[in-house]
Amino acid sequence: METRTASPIPADAAPAHLRPIRSGDQAGAEGAQHVLRDPRRSDVDEWGRSEHMRSIARRIYDPLYRHWFRAEWEGLEKIPATGGALLVANHAGAIPSDAPVIMHGIEEELGRPVYGMADYFFRTVPVVGTLWSRTGGVPAHPDNAYRILHDQQQLALVFPEGAKGPSKTYSDRYRLRRFGRGGFVEIAMRSGVPVVPLAVVGAEESMPVLFRLPSVAKALGVPYFPVTANLLMFGPLVGPVAYFPAKFKIRVLDPVRFDVLDSQERYSKSRVMDEAERIRSRIQDALHDMLRERRSVWFG
Amino acid sequence: MGRRVLVTGLDTFWGGRMAQALEMDPGVDMVLGMGTREPKVPLERTEFVRADQTYSILNRIVRATQVDTIVHTFLVTNSEEVPGRTLHEINVIGTMNLLAAAGSPGTPVEQVVVKSSTHVYGSSHKDPAWFREETPRVAPVRTRLERSLIEVESLVRDFAEDNPKLLVTLLRFAHVLGSDIVTPITSNLRRRVLPAVFGFDPLLQFVEEDDVVRSLEYVTRHRIGGTYNVAGAGKLPWSEVAAISGAHLLPFSPVSPRTFAAPLVRLGLVQFPPEMEAVARFGRGVDTTRLCEAGFEYRYTSAGAVESFARANNLRRSTGGASSAYQYQQDVEMFFRHSPAVVRGFDA
Repeated sequence: METRTASPIPADAAPAHLRPIRSGDQAGAEGAQHVLRDPRRSDVDEWGRSEHMRSIARRIYDPLYRHWFRAEWEGLEKIPATGGALLVANHAGAIPSDAPVIMHGIEEELGRPVYGMADYFFRTVPVVGTLWSRTGGVPAHPDNAYRILHDQQQLALVFPEGAKGPSKTYSDRYRLRRFGRGGFVEIAMRSGVPVVPLAVVGAEESMPVLFRLPSVAKALGVPYFPVTANLLMFGPLVGPVAYFPAKFKIRVLDPVRFDVLDSQERYSKSRVMDEAERIRSRIQDALHDMLRERRSVWFG
Repeated sequence: MGRRVLVTGLDTFWGGRMAQALEMDPGVDMVLGMGTREPKVPLERTEFVRADQTYSILNRIVRATQVDTIVHTFLVTNSEEVPGRTLHEINVIGTMNLLAAAGSPGTPVEQVVVKSSTHVYGSSHKDPAWFREETPRVAPVRTRLERSLIEVESLVRDFAEDNPKLLVTLLRFAHVLGSDIVTPITSNLRRRVLPAVFGFDPLLQFVEEDDVVRSLEYVTRHRIGGTYNVAGAGKLPWSEVAAISGAHLLPFSPVSPRTFAAPLVRLGLVQFPPEMEAVARFGRGVDTTRLCEAGFEYRYTSAGAVESFARANNLRRSTGGASSAYQYQQDVEMFFRHSPAVVRGFDA
């Protein structure tokens, strides 16, 4: 169990343009042609993700994943081992702990990179935004998702609830918010990839939101400003990173495939909304099912 | 009959190199260059006409010389180069005059090639990772340079709509790197300091100056119309650009970085024009599939362009400035082109 390679993701998972780059006239001509050395010094890809940084993050995060959250997966084999897929999950915890857990778990278990699609707000935050981008965060733009899923056939993770998920208060826990405008279904249809719904239990209790301060959020220009139990307990410095050790359980539901042509400009809005609602209620049902079985917040 | 080409901005890097490239093409009968100053590169057969920066005499020249192609390389894409008012005169008014001349009734012009910049896409946190030619701009227009380029592009679009018989080509270039070109990025890298915004490490795309000239030549020679992004493949982080070129990153405060940079800018130690601020935060990427599908082949990727620039820079550091400073002399050039004493078509 202890002998894991530093990076379970093979080097050739990187897009083609990141491999050694040759310049000059033609690569085939020998001798006379001057071939530049590979100028790249880092392995940052076109999305800002660096497998090197990602493996460092995994090493740091692993004890948290294994011993703090004790994440447990159910039905991991339903996530395709090859080809693109859009992972869709419920979102919770003021500073969401679910995204790192899901990304870490899949990368460790399946050895496939996961791109976490996040609200583009993160890009405006100095340092944190850059780190999130280096460790697999991508701004949730439809064009970006299409390129990752359709052109590069990778895994992408989205939280269709958006900021409404993590900002909801503890009294609303495990009650899924509206799934946006169903944009994620349209993206999956356009990219021709299945949607894999994930139901996550544990994130809600790892950082419960007691109440929000909209006026502070407005003044700071952030989407929401939560006051969490962690914040009150550990103070403003440690609070934002001190998660409670809630037991994480993630259930992978059956993938949803849409029987439509890919790469279309538009898809039937009613169909999109129906599918989004169906996926939402399946995740909601799974959550209820998992919560019925749960004996303890901390021990599962 | 071969082509007769008019190149604007002969005195700029772009115009000069483009004219040199056209001279080599046997399919081009005549190259005419316009510029406000004398050309900076040696030219074999290009005729030089001095013009004011708004090109008010262009209409007469087009009619008198019956050019069939106009290559408009004179757009300013670097706000450090000229003051704001001049920028508007050159970009907007100059292009207006040029398009008016090209679109006058009975015009001999068949193709107009305009060199623009990917600055028209702006840069913001809401951007897609890759802009396609038709992707709308997200960021609000804040800088004078971007405003003028957007205005120019809308003029060009209207012109293309009004003159469906004419071939209109618009090339948007990413940040250009090369041993000869002067842009804020190249001057910073030559001084080995790269201004940055603290906590941000944006991904950028570059295009090598040879690819710039080759793409201009390509669309002209193959008569390709439309709008195209021109940039090397791939993106690389700002910090890596600095590392490859041996420069140091100079991070400024994330809140109004240009204010903090202002003293150094005033001293001439760094260049940090307004259009670079958003780029230094969020970067920019453009999708170049369309030009590749039109058959153009790049010689350099983005990283390759940075590496090649770094090498040229090392050479310059060891040998001093550009080796042969060419001086344009009117009477010498006139002699070689028009004196009966010169045997033409005979390569010495």
